Amino acid sequence: MMEEFSQILLLFISTILVNNFILVRFLGICPFLGVSKQIETAFSMGLATTFVMTLTAGATWMINTYILEAFNLPFLRYVSFIIVIASLVQFVEMFIKKTSPVLYKALGIFLPLITTNCAIMGLALLIPLNNYSFIASIVFGFGAGVGFTLAIVLMAGLRENLEFGDVPEALQGVPITLMIAGILALSFMGFAGMIAM
Amino acid sequence: MTEKAKSLFQIFKNGLWKENPVMVLVIGMCPTLAVTNTGANGFAMGIATAFVLISSEIVISIIKNLIPSNVRIPSFILIIATFVTFTDYFVRAFFPTIAESLSIFIPLIVVNCLILGRQEAFASKNPTHKAIADAVGMSVGFTWVLTLLGIIREFFGMGSIFGLQLLGEWYRPMVIMLLPGGAFLTLGLMVGIYKHLSREG
Repeated sequence: MMEEFSQILLLFISTILVNNFILVRFLGICPFLGVSKQIETAFSMGLATTFVMTLTAGATWMINTYILEAFNLPFLRYVSFIIVIASLVQFVEMFIKKTSPVLYKALGIFLPLITTNCAIMGLALLIPLNNYSFIASIVFGFGAGVGFTLAIVLMAGLRENLEFGDVPEALQGVPITLMIAGILALSFMGFAGMIAM
Repeated sequence: MTEKAKSLFQIFKNGLWKENPVMVLVIGMCPTLAVTNTGANGFAMGIATAFVLISSEIVISIIKNLIPSNVRIPSFILIIATFVTFTDYFVRAFFPTIAESLSIFIPLIVVNCLILGRQEAFASKNPTHKAIADAVGMSVGFTWVLTLLGIIREFFGMGSIFGLQLLGEWYRPMVIMLLPGGAFLTLGLMVGIYKHLSREG
């Protein structure tokens, strides 16, 4: 029991820091570059993504184990995962709209964007690839979301400061953002080797 | 050249430089950064994406009038997912080493914003022959950026181009070019140079 718990905890920490979804695995670059202009919006986006990621991890684990593997239908994997994700996002949007209008206002515009966020689909694909158990999948999904939030908020903080910087004209906008992301990715490499899985 | 062929060529050329999907539209970034550690990988990813983009633009431009507009996005995604499954099985059967190095980024073509974006912006509004010109142009535009990025990273990171060792023993490889940080920095510089060039011209 103790052994299992420490395994799960290690998985959680390594998903956030060592194998950060954005900076190490390159999943979810589009929102990372698109929605990282302000810390506040970046945090909302991270929150919405974490929520959907945790649910997706559980839902796709069940579909994969009880339907796709049970009936030997691996070729339907991509089609069924994307449908699950799209409907999950739709469902979450409706649910939040009904229960908490304040949260809906904060997350509203980001939710539809999440469907085509490759971090979510990547998460769904990585779970069967690593043969995680149900609990491990949920933890993996939640950790991935926390890692995503951490990276996007850090990035937004750096970009807010960039407003006062003197950037050469050709490098303004996308190029300088990519370079900052590069330096951020370099610093995250310091975590590599922290946990040997 | 007739007027019609000229307009098709214009659509094709758009994707190469003026509206390049990576440099200008900044879409499809995940595979661009993730799989371009060698020139060959970048090229293979470009071809796989090109196949899915061209086939789905053809199908969608043919059946666009049959799809009700409020369910068009899910329908597009389903058509794309079908072609992606096909591509994935094909690559795994005939090119197992490429499938290994691209890993989950072939199935992730499903959620590549480039593919869905072109269906929404072009294929669902234009006749088939124009959609083909647009898809081919965008595909070539995407592939050249990925291949060039892969070549640069491979050259500095390993001293080789397409697996051919060019630099000898004396060259100490810059390992950072093969790591995530190098991908971001190289692409950042490439987009900067691109912006500089297109402003001058």
